[in-house]
Amino acid sequence: MASLDDLKKRIASVKSTQKITKAMKMVAAAKLRRAQESAEKGRPYSEKMNNIILNLSSGISDKENAPKLLSGSGNDKVHLCVVMTSDRGLCGGFNSNIIKKAKNYFAKLAKDGKELKIITVGSKGNDQLKRAYGDKIIANISFKESKHANYFDADKVGKMVIEKFGAEEFDVCTIFYNQFKNVITQIPQAQQIIPLNVENSEEEKSEDRYEFEPDEDEILSNLLPKNISTQIFKAMLENSASEQGSRMSAMDNATRNAGEMVDKLTIEYNRSRQAAITKELIEIISGAESL
Amino acid sequence: MSEEFKIEIVNPEKSFLVKDDVLEVVIPAFEGEMGILKDHISIISFLKPGILKILSKSGDESFYVEDGIVEFKNNNLSILTSTIYKLTDLDKSKQQNLLKLAEEEANKQDINDQSRYLIDQKIDVLKSLN
Repeated sequence: MASLDDLKKRIASVKSTQKITKAMKMVAAAKLRRAQESAEKGRPYSEKMNNIILNLSSGISDKENAPKLLSGSGNDKVHLCVVMTSDRGLCGGFNSNIIKKAKNYFAKLAKDGKELKIITVGSKGNDQLKRAYGDKIIANISFKESKHANYFDADKVGKMVIEKFGAEEFDVCTIFYNQFKNVITQIPQAQQIIPLNVENSEEEKSEDRYEFEPDEDEILSNLLPKNISTQIFKAMLENSASEQGSRMSAMDNATRNAGEMVDKLTIEYNRSRQAAITKELIEIISGAESL
Repeated sequence: MSEEFKIEIVNPEKSFLVKDDVLEVVIPAFEGEMGILKDHISIISFLKPGILKILSKSGDESFYVEDGIVEFKNNNLSILTSTIYKLTDLDKSKQQNLLKLAEEEANKQDINDQSRYLIDQKIDVLKSLN
């Protein structure tokens, strides 16, 4: 049995760990609120953008000459996967969920005989993927310096993707991120951004015709690259909210576990203290008796 | 009958401005400046760097925009832009900063004609603000 001193030290150390996890939880909660707010504020932009593209692409007259970003390069050979993770750890299953989803997808691609290229955003994803897929990673981007997800960063990633598409380095592009549902649930998502999936949503069948200036094709070819950046930005916002949510619940659990551990250790400490006192008493009494 | 319509300016981070007493908006559209009044036909266009003017009952405002998409439909004007500054907030140093960035961009060799045109436009606008 551990000595009283050892127990005391362990209790103290668990308590200080608990303090740390508690503080991290508070910080995550505060950051989560901000991240959630900006995710909500960012929504109108991407929704509007989507709407306009929907209207445009339904109005486009000749599908053959549609911009490549919309129709694809005509091939389906090289897949580019943009895996978006966080830069920091200690956030529960946040990163590993994305990686798991991505790895499943990679395995499927490999089975279908497709070529794979990976861009990792965030250093944690890079760490986890570089062992198995190190030769496939063509770029690693990390925004450790920027405090919040901002559009400028997303635009950088978007421009890079478009540049590579222009150079015909890949045919299909998919982004991986966590969609924020609530604090305890984040859903890993795979979203194809090139070629764009234009769902023909039934409810939004706009009958009214638009005037275009300049013509549809030109607007569309101008809009699509922006849409890529917007989608990536949306993913970044969702991701940062998810990260904080995930960290918050992970730290909440850790704090609770630490509390349980402190309770257990305290009982053990008290017991052994009591045992020591009893032992001493017995020694004194039996000493007195023998006189 | 009122002559007012609604405008909403959105940038990726937030809804930048919402107004519903707008009388006229002058936008720097790609093919030249364009004034929009109430009951304009539905239109989609995009912006080049320039000054966006909003004339409304509650006062006139001007903004500097770098790019964006404009959609007008059912007397709702939506402007999506990634870079927008209110002119009164755009002080000298900010303006110089933007100008420097634009000039750096313009000195790159490997840009196509369209982006060169846009950058030249941007530099002209920024210089004219002085």
